[in-house]
Amino acid sequence: MSDVEEAITRAHHDEWARVVAALTRRFGDLDLAEESAAEAFATAVERWRADGVPPNPGAWLTTTAGRKAIDRIRRESKRGDKHREALMTYDDPPEPAGAIDDDRLRLIFTCCHPALAMEARVALTLRLVGGLTVPEIARAFLVQRTAMEQRITRAKGKIKAARIPYRMPSADDLPARVSGVLAVLFLVFNEGYLASGPGTDPVRPGLTAEAIRLTRLIRALLPQDGEVAGLLALMLLIEARRTARVSANGELVALDEQDRGAWDAGLIAEGHRLVRERLAAAAAGVAPGRYQILAAINAVHTSARDIRDTDWSQILALYDQLVRLDPSPIIALNRAVAVAELDGPEVALAIVDRLAEALDGYHAYHATRADLLRRLGRSRQSRAAYDRAIELAGNTGETAYLTRRRDQLQ
Amino acid sequence: MRYLVSVIDDKDDPGSTDRQPGISAFNERLIAEGYWVFAGGLADTGTATVVDNRGEQAVFTDGPFVESKEYLAGVWVWEAPDLDVALKLAAEASKVCDRKIEVRPFL
Repeated sequence: MSDVEEAITRAHHDEWARVVAALTRRFGDLDLAEESAAEAFATAVERWRADGVPPNPGAWLTTTAGRKAIDRIRRESKRGDKHREALMTYDDPPEPAGAIDDDRLRLIFTCCHPALAMEARVALTLRLVGGLTVPEIARAFLVQRTAMEQRITRAKGKIKAARIPYRMPSADDLPARVSGVLAVLFLVFNEGYLASGPGTDPVRPGLTAEAIRLTRLIRALLPQDGEVAGLLALMLLIEARRTARVSANGELVALDEQDRGAWDAGLIAEGHRLVRERLAAAAAGVAPGRYQILAAINAVHTSARDIRDTDWSQILALYDQLVRLDPSPIIALNRAVAVAELDGPEVALAIVDRLAEALDGYHAYHATRADLLRRLGRSRQSRAAYDRAIELAGNTGETAYLTRRRDQLQ
Repeated sequence: MRYLVSVIDDKDDPGSTDRQPGISAFNERLIAEGYWVFAGGLADTGTATVVDNRGEQAVFTDGPFVESKEYLAGVWVWEAPDLDVALKLAAEASKVCDRKIEVRPFL
């Protein structure tokens, strides 16, 4: 890649959200902001090749995108009012950037507004904040390009027609609204980490990387928020194991069989640092939320150099804490895995069997059961549970793994 | 920005009936704070008549235009600066009325 191409790629990564967000604030129009930002990047490709990379690419792009937007408004005479408004505000000094009042943050809260469907929030965030193209997002979520285009257009239409505001939520609303943003980012991450659909790669590194990048952005904007730090730590600690998680033939590799030497030590160190930071806060009396506890569980896993060194009692204690916060059957299922290590598969199976009704349609329930039955030597029942898990699993790597485990049964 | 705020009741699981004092107090507040444009409760869906005069002659049909267990029990029209303000009021309205609320912007 040439220096200019590299500079443009980096600027796209670092500056896209800033440019779109600044234009949205100035013109109050998401479509205009997005189209003008795209034009500015296209212009950058030509101009930077001819004239070299400007000293401040972000400022260059924002200024260029602003000019493009005004050109666009001029061309469309029906936007007369907006034109005047834009020109009037042209010389306005930028609003003071407070600790958390950032254009990009407002944009993220707009994209993740609770009045939008979850799918629309994910798509808008990836498009307007992440700068992914519509075909890229469509591919990531296995829908037709036109369907994704419609979803994004409809969501933008609702923002405009229902007047979803482009601003920071009030202090009262902030915690609830941040948790909605984190849910969107975790959904993006999970789709990358355990991709769904037949014929799909089991892991989509592009999506996990994008989720981490956006969570880092939120972390930079809201450094005091414990759950933001927790989610970032959680993602980093899971991402650190990514390459060890899939075998050469595309089969998922369970935690106990992973080559721990292949884990990314840098990401683990960063994740552990964040977890320690949250532990210090918890010691000072700040109750941790679910992402922080999940991150702590992953910190315990990634601290063990060998599966046999895993501190299962600490993991169980963390799950006990998590169950109090979120008494869902899925958490109870994951807790049972730690119980199996400490008290044996029989005790764990009794817990798992009580979840039958709630989790019958969930592949991980049957996979966990199959494993416990296998360890108890109840092969016939184990096989049946593997069959059901394979039937329900949507991830190609996981299906391959479960099939092998089933076929190994005596 | 004007919003139509619909109060949705459920025939299988109706909201409580003794809500009038709370709703009156809420309306007073909407008026005092400048959000109130209009409000009205609606009689039972059985009192509705649908009129269709697109053909040769007007046809009158007894009952609401759509039969469902959920139905429109009343409406407000509010003037609010943006959806966040309207949703905050709607959350209160839902508590006060003990019913679901739909918020929809006028064009």
